[in-house]
This record gives sequence, C-alpha cells and structure tokens, in this order.
Amino acid sequence: MSLDRREFLKSAAAASAATAIGMAVPAKVEAAAAQGQAGWRWDKAACRFCGTGCGIMMATKDDRIVAVKGDPLAPVNRGLNCIKGYFNAKIMYGADRLTQPLLRMNDKGQFDKQGKFKPISWQRAFDEMEIHIKSALKEKGPTGIAMFSSGQQTAMEGHAALKLMKAGFRTNNIDPNARLCMASAVTGFMNVFGADEPSGCYEDIELAETIVAFGSNMAEMHPILWSRVSDRKLSNPDKVQVVVLSTYKHRTMDLADVEIIFKPNTDLAIWNYIAREIVYNHPEAMDKEFLDKNIVFATGPVDIGYGLREDINHPKYGKKELDTAAKQKSKVLTADEGVSLGYLGYKEGDTLEMKNSGDANKHWKITFEEFKKGLAPYTLDYVANVSKGDLDESLADYKAKLQKMADLYIEKKRKCLTFWTMGFNQHTRGTWVNEQAYMVHFLLGKQAKPGNGAFSLTGQPSACGTAREVGTFSHRLPADMVVMNPAHRKMAEGIWTIPEGTINPKAGSHFTQIHRDLEDGKVKFAWVSVCNPYQDTGNAEHWIKAARTMDNFIVTSDGYPGISAKVSDLILPSAMMYEKWGAYGNAERRTQHWRQQVTPMGDAMSDTWQFVELSKRFTINEVWGAQKIPGLEGGLPDVMDKAKAMGYKENTTLYEVLFANNRAKAFKWPDPVGKGYQNSEVAGDKRNVIGSDGKVFKGYGFFIQKYLWEEYRKFGDGHGHDYADFDTYHRVRGLKWPVVDGKETFWRYNAKYDPYAKKANNGAFAFYGHAFKDIPTGNLQGVTNSAKVNLDNKAKIFFRPYMEPTEVPDKNYDIWLCTGRVLEHWHSGTMTMRVPELYRAVPEALCYMHPADAEKRGVKRGEMVWVESRRGKVKAHVETRGRNRPPKGLVFVPWFDEKVFINKVCLDHTCPISKQIDHKKCAVKIYKA
Amino acid sequence: MKTETPNERRRFLLSMARGIGLSAMGALVWSAYVGEVKAAPLVLRPPGALEEAEFIKNCIKCGLCVEACPYDTLMLARPGDNLPMGTPYFTPRSIPCYMCTDIPCVPVCPSGALNEPSVSSYMKNKAVLDINKARMGLAVVDESSCIAVWGIQCDACYRACPLLGEAITIEHSKNDRTGKHAFLKPVVHPDQCTGCGLCEHACVTEIAAIHVLPRALAMGKVGDHYIKGWDKGDEKRLEGASIEVTKTKISEKSALDSLNDEGGL
Repeated sequence: MSLDRREFLKSAAAASAATAIGMAVPAKVEAAAAQGQAGWRWDKAACRFCGTGCGIMMATKDDRIVAVKGDPLAPVNRGLNCIKGYFNAKIMYGADRLTQPLLRMNDKGQFDKQGKFKPISWQRAFDEMEIHIKSALKEKGPTGIAMFSSGQQTAMEGHAALKLMKAGFRTNNIDPNARLCMASAVTGFMNVFGADEPSGCYEDIELAETIVAFGSNMAEMHPILWSRVSDRKLSNPDKVQVVVLSTYKHRTMDLADVEIIFKPNTDLAIWNYIAREIVYNHPEAMDKEFLDKNIVFATGPVDIGYGLREDINHPKYGKKELDTAAKQKSKVLTADEGVSLGYLGYKEGDTLEMKNSGDANKHWKITFEEFKKGLAPYTLDYVANVSKGDLDESLADYKAKLQKMADLYIEKKRKCLTFWTMGFNQHTRGTWVNEQAYMVHFLLGKQAKPGNGAFSLTGQPSACGTAREVGTFSHRLPADMVVMNPAHRKMAEGIWTIPEGTINPKAGSHFTQIHRDLEDGKVKFAWVSVCNPYQDTGNAEHWIKAARTMDNFIVTSDGYPGISAKVSDLILPSAMMYEKWGAYGNAERRTQHWRQQVTPMGDAMSDTWQFVELSKRFTINEVWGAQKIPGLEGGLPDVMDKAKAMGYKENTTLYEVLFANNRAKAFKWPDPVGKGYQNSEVAGDKRNVIGSDGKVFKGYGFFIQKYLWEEYRKFGDGHGHDYADFDTYHRVRGLKWPVVDGKETFWRYNAKYDPYAKKANNGAFAFYGHAFKDIPTGNLQGVTNSAKVNLDNKAKIFFRPYMEPTEVPDKNYDIWLCTGRVLEHWHSGTMTMRVPELYRAVPEALCYMHPADAEKRGVKRGEMVWVESRRGKVKAHVETRGRNRPPKGLVFVPWFDEKVFINKVCLDHTCPISKQIDHKKCAVKIYKA
Repeated sequence: MKTETPNERRRFLLSMARGIGLSAMGALVWSAYVGEVKAAPLVLRPPGALEEAEFIKNCIKCGLCVEACPYDTLMLARPGDNLPMGTPYFTPRSIPCYMCTDIPCVPVCPSGALNEPSVSSYMKNKAVLDINKARMGLAVVDESSCIAVWGIQCDACYRACPLLGEAITIEHSKNDRTGKHAFLKPVVHPDQCTGCGLCEHACVTEIAAIHVLPRALAMGKVGDHYIKGWDKGDEKRLEGASIEVTKTKISEKSALDSLNDEGGL
C-alpha cells in the first residue's frame, strides 16, 4: 500500500488531467490517486450478485470494505447499481460469519453424525476430509465422492475444483448450482449453435425495436438491464414496443405494451403459433437466403419423461409421490396433447410410453416441409385456448395480444430482442423452449445481428464465466469440451500434464442426481462449495433426510450458516468474494477480474485454498490406479506407468501435479499487478492462520490465481473461446470473449464482427460451434436414414411440440405453485438476509395469490396458510396485492427465505435433456394454517 | 433473564399507559407532561381517526384499538412519548400499518374517535369496510436521499406499497448521465396514499428517504378559484366554492377613504 511521493504526484496529476479531458483513467492509476488523497483505497471489482455483471468500485480502509460505488467506467452499468449492488460493502460483515472450521462431534471429541458442531483446527478438518474421502473411494471408487459447485465460484476456483475432481480424483461428480439455473439455456445453445453462450451482447438493447421478456421478470432480477430497456423505450416510445409474457403479473409488466398471462408450460405452444404465423401466413418475412445457407431443420423424440427417477416405485418415494413419479414411465395424453402430438399418431386418452427418457437429446435432420407440417396445429384458436392463463380475460382480447406479439416479431426490418431467464430454463421442456426462441429469430433472420437476437439472460454472476466456460458440470471440460469426447480428454490431459487416460470418460451425476445418489447410498462424500444445495433443490425433504440420516459425510464451505451448512457434518469457513483474487464472467460473455481487497474474516480461507490443501493429502498412487466405474465397462485404466514415464513418482502428491508444478511456480509473487495488494493464498497474511499441517500458513509462494487463469485460458485459445491474459483484465473493465488480437467480440457468428466467423469463410454468418453437428436424417416421426450428415457452420431450427408439465392441478392439489426471486434478496438469502436494510425491506417470503382464490379458501390477506404438495408443506403469509399478482389458479412463493422453505414443496422434475429442475410449476393445495 | 414476546411487552405497556390515563402513578410529576396533553401534529393515528383536534376530544384512551391490532402496530402513548398520553399512534419505521382488509382496530372504537364510515365503502347500499379509504398520513419522498432518484434501481417502497401502481407509481425518465439507463423514480399519489407506512418501513436508506407525515402537515391546498383545464374531475372542487371578498394591504381602506386621503401624494 505504500505509494512514494513521486508516484503519488505522478498519478494524481494523471488523474486530474484525464478527468479534465474526460478520458478514462486506468483503474490502477485512479485507485492509487484516490488512495493517496483520502486514506482509503478505491479499486475496481464486479458486483457479487446477478449475471448482469455490473462493475463496482470498492473503498477499503483499515483492511475493511467501507463503501462501494457503481463504476462510472463500467460499460454495463456506468456508475449505477441496483438495490443489492448498493449493499456490496456490507455483505461480508454479518454478525454470524463463519470464522473457524466446525465438526459434528461427541463428548470425546470424535466425529459423530448426531453430534453438535464444535470448532476444530484446519488440520483436523482436512484430517476428517481425508479419512472420509479415502473411505468413500475405497468403498465406491471415484463415483463415491461428489462436489456441488457453483456459478458463483470464481473462474480460478472453478478451475481448481475441476482439476481436483476430474484430473485428481478421476470423478465427474462435480456439478454446479448453475444446473438449476442455466442448464436448459446451455443445451439450447449446444443443440442450436453447437456452442454455448449468447451470440449478442447488451448493446442489442439500445438497437432493438421489439423487446420481449418471456419468462423473465427483468425489472426485479436484472434491474440494471431493465433500466437500459426502459431507457430504450423512452427514447422512442411509439416505435419501441415491449412485450412481457409470464404466468403471473409482475413488475416487468409496468412498461409492457403487450402483457400476456399464459398457462404454465404453454410457452411451447405460443412459440409454435408465432412460427406458424411466419411460415404459413407471412412466408415473405422469412429470410430465405439466410435459411438456405445457414440453417437445417431438426426434431427429436417426445417420449422422454420428466427427469424423475427411472424407478417409479423407488423405495424412498413417499406414498403420495407415486402418482407423479409414474409419469416418468408413461402418461395419458390430454385433449390439448392429443392435438399437439397428433403428428405421431397419438390422440386424446392414449398412453404415451416414455421410451426415450434415456436418450432424450437425440435428434435428426428434417426438411422444411416436415417442419412446416409439424407447425400445422398451432392455429390462433388452438394456441389461445391452450395457453390463456387468466380466466378473467376474454379469449378475443387474448387472441389480439398473441397476434400483436406475432406482428411485432414479423414486421420486416423491425429489430427484435427476446430475453428470458428461469421461465424457460426451469421448465420440464426447458431445452425445447430455448430452442424455440431461436427458431422464431432464425426464421426471420433476426439473430446474431446488432439489435436482433434471442438472448438468454444469466442468473448468477459467473454461471457463464465459471460453471459454463470453465466447465464445472458433470460432463464438461473447459471451453465447451466434454469428457465423453476422447479428443477433448486428450487435450485436457495435455494442458493439465496428467497421463493420458486419467480423465473418466463417463459423465458424472448432475446436481439433482448427486442428491439422489446420496439418498441411494452411492455417494458417500459430498462437498458443497459456494452454493446452498440443501435449500435450492426441489423436493428438499428427501435430500436433507439423506444427508442427516444416512452413512455419508457432507462438507460445506460457506461464509454464513445457511441450510446446507446446517445439514453438513463439517463446515469450512470460506473467504468471501472480495477477500480473494477472482474473476467472474457475465451474461454477455464479459470477463471481469478483481484483486483481493481485504484480509478474510476469522480463520476463513478461500475455497481455492481449501481445494489445494486437500490435494496435499493424496498421492497419485492412491487415485491413479485402475478404478471401477459403474456403467463403464473395464473401468478406468491404471495410469501409474504413464505417470512415472512423465516423471511423477508413486508418492507424488496431487498438490505437486495439479497446483504446485513447475508451470505454476513460474508465476512469481510479488507481481506488478498485485503491487499494494495482498494475496492470502500466495503469501499468507497478518492473521497467521494455522494451516492444514498445524503450522502457520505462509503461502504457496507463487501466484496461484494467475497460474490457474493462464492455464485455463489455454483451453479456449484459438478455439473461439479466447481470453486476454491475466494482467489485461486488471487494466480494463472486462472484455467480451472471444478476445482476438486484443479486441473483444460484440456479435458472435457474424462475419462482420466475429473474427472466427470471418475465418470460417462461410459468407456473412458461420455457426462454427462443433457440438451435435453430425446427425442422422428423418421426418417428424423419426429417423429414416441413420447415416450422419455434417452440419459444419450451420445452426438448427428445431420443431418441438407442446406438452403438458409433469404435474397439473387436480382436485386434491388444485392450484399451481410458481417460485422465483425478489429484487431485494439474492438466491437463498445467506448474504442479503444479513443486510439489515434488505432484511427490513423484505423480511419474509409471502404467498402471493389472487384475492378470489384467498376468499375461496377462507383466508384473508396477511393470514398464514399452508402451501402443501405431495412432497411437503410450508407456512407463509398470504399477500393478495403487492408486487406479484397471480391470476386465479396460481400462487407465487419466492425461495430466498429459509423459514419459508418452499423447495420442500417443489418437485424435482427436470428437463430430461438439460437435467435442470423445473421450479416454476407443480400442483399444491392452500389452506388456512 | 426472561425474554418477553412483543405481545407481552405490549400488553404491559398498554396497561401501564392506561394506568397513567386513569390515575397518577406514585411519584410521577404530572407537570412535566402537561404539554403532551394537547393535540400532536406529528403523530400518525389509526385508520379512520378524526381530524387531530377532534380525535383528541373524542378518544377515551381505552386502548381497544391497540388490543385489536394483529401486527402490534398501534401503541398507546406513554409519558415521555411527547404525545397526548394514552392515545393510540404508530411509528411506521418500526411497525407500519399492514392495512388489514377487515380493519379490526376501527369497529371496536366505542367513542367514534375512529370513525367507521370514513373507512367504509358502500356496495348495494351496504357499508363495507374499505381500508383503501384510510388517510392516516401521506408518504413524502426526500429526493436528495432517495437512491432511486440517484439512478439506483431500488424502488423498494414501490414494491412494498399495498396499493402499488396506485398510491406509488414509477416515473421513468432518461438518465443523461449514463446515456443508456433510465431513472425509475417513485412518485406518491396523495389521492391514493393511505399513509400505512409500508414504504417507509421498507426504505433501504439509513434514515428513510420516504416517510409518512400527517396529511395536514404534508399537503398544501389549492384555492377553489382555479380549476384544472386538463382534468375534468377537478371541477368537483367548485361544489364547496364560496365567493370571497379579497383584501390586501392596499385595499384595507374603503375606496372612498383611499380617494380622500391625499397624504401620500
């Protein structure tokens, strides 16, 4: 922090000169200047909360964050924040911060699953983890351990976790909470583009003329982007039209020119109506040249189940759950489905056997004519009847709105932007409905162009930057690569310098499956990092019971005692965001780095440090011998010989291979980029924390975060996922990847803006992603020619039919439940519920319902009701007015409040392709408590 | 130490306040509180309360409204509260009025200090309690400390408002400072605001930037001699219009006296 006088004068002069001419001041100079002047230090960082990716400036004084401001130079927010961002300075200072490792123990000081939490040393914590991991590996092999990771881990943390699990322990059982958030967006991207993440960027907002929020309450969940949409609307109120679609009225509808309340799951039908309007009634609106050159049509099976357990009589199911559970195997088609699935020969009352639940994502090429045939049933009459969500609205009015929406897409030259978030992603057909958004945009040639595009908004601050780009999913590797692909494994093994054959080729368990595996006794050790899986997963009673009553060992790394910590056996105190070096990647592909601002609280250490310290406890001969993997014939090979040939020894530790290798040690500390800043992992800090070996932790001595970043970015370099080097990100306000020749990319796949599209030499567009680009050919009914055709540089338009969700209200459970968030609180509330102002503003989750529904049940606004499903029940106060106004037949309960534990009520049904839980719809009953 | 529930504590305070209202408490020096007996212009009263001076005359300090309140919103003024002792009031920053649809605090009032007709609507000639008609106060925004006015996407008050979209609406305007964001500014509508204080309670600034004041203090009044040409309903104000003789310093004397007074020439 020392700044000599000469440097001070220099930087102060530079800052004032730059301000005078309105020039952007590099963060470092600006920070140094401020530091010299005021006794506190300003430095740039990213906001802790949502996927918008606002830039902030943090003021630190006496090793505490004392204030925050919106970063005026950040292109996303230009100095603004939302109500959560406004409180970034307070989130780390809750009175009940976890400050030391805690273990459930008996009176003798032994681990006891039924014991109370008591403080222990870091050394003891790692001893316990070592014991339990080794015993799980011995009993079950690599699939016996798992990690719940996160879209809120830093990119480096994610990379460290991925290496530890996939390269070290050879398990693919690592999956992020982003599975509950963005997985359907990912599978949509992969199926359509062959590569993950949006083609466009936020600049689209200022160019678009039709802005559609479909299954997204942007006003509350992406407030800064919403203020950009609002500004766009104000700039030309007549021309710019805002369409908002949801299953209940919410704040985003304040600005809507067209507001559509639809019945849960019928978004599938609405998209097909728009597509039908285009194809049948406005064929001139189609961009024929674009379609011919860049698009193939495709479809897939419908009998794919609902992502529930395949064993529909699973012993752990409660009696009441069985009727819903049975839908995984078969369902009786309703009248609406009789029409929509008529093309497969089905009619109302037929039983649809779910034969393809194990192969839900297979798909094949069809002709445009077949695609057109598929759309035939989606007339305005049919779709309006199927989808109208508000009983009090007239059918004629509703039809007029659907028509207006279609017109606003179809109008030639009108630039269209479609946003969505959890409404599409948390959906029993989430992949389909994501694909459908691109379907309409592609038909009109309104994708991957400035102001035009279907744009998936990300929920978490680094769902893109970490979970998806680093690839902390059970099947992924960095840069869109997957463990199932031998070439991808080989590349990863090369970059990580581990023997060929180390990485497990069988995808691991996804987030919800890890819970199920714990319940089945298949996973014996689970580590929770930067997430709250015991609050955020539907059907929570099962998972909590499995954690607390079965023979397993659950570790939670967290800053605060949330529900996951509470159900764990061991709790590790984690350094929170600004107590460590890190990087996040936002929804528009913008990567933002920050420095460690302050010393962590208590004995808290970063999750990276925790992963690295654990790696010291394992030698390669303990994990790299032959391993049994259920479902993988022959298991994993013994790679010790190859390891030895690479120079490793029997007792080389995972630490030496994965983290403290010669490549890592080349990143020296101190480093100019860290001048004036601390790095607790690299150099220890003033606390002299007693580390995992019982001695004062003095640091690794090399710049581990920089190493993790630089090694990670090798995966994408030259593969369409290029990042800048570590130091560059400390000079700029984030960059949108691919960053080629120092320049960020605004619109991908468009040869005018994307160097990769240009390089493909495929004309104006090249959809150069590689995933699922070899598919068979067929018709609407199935594959007719299994020979695979190659679709390089092409994108796909899918035909996907309307289907009902798993559970629909009936006479016993007569009302829909939808869950979601509120602006004031972040996810499970572990941080924001500890900010007094936010707590006071919204102290509890309410059950929002229609006044007539309340009256029908004899409850008044403000009274307590039970919200009960086949799986569980919670109590909540009724709100019949206020921010969310459901139509008759639907209630909305946010999930941030651990006291109103709504995920006990929700169902763990998923999109069978993405495996993302649908938290937006299940059937409940409501009665006075 | 025994911890009291809010309810127990309230009951205790209630009986204590009642005691003071009825008799003198031991060594209590009454004179110190004499000033409090008069009407308190800054206090917020329960729904349906008569105009402050009338309310004080009518309130018998029985505490029934306070007992009826399910949210512990209402308190009875105690010595030192700087309020007329024993009268009911609420402090929205602590506990706002949650606007119960059945307004339990009003019908129990034995003296009419809480005036039921003023919080009733008529449906088919039948009076129905209507909390939306309550006018306990008026929310006022201090724009200098309202972070939504700064451009922060807050509007916690708006979302907390039970009459969201009516009593508080959002005014969108362009933020020229950033060039691509909008201000979403909360605007209170006095004709709808009940003064419940949920906004003040929710406000996230250190001292609430939106606070409820008694309407008499918060509001101005426009003379009946001018009617908004752009608002048809405004003509209603003419109903009470009276013809007024205007007088200023210059017209203090009669015309004749003025004319005959040549002193100033």
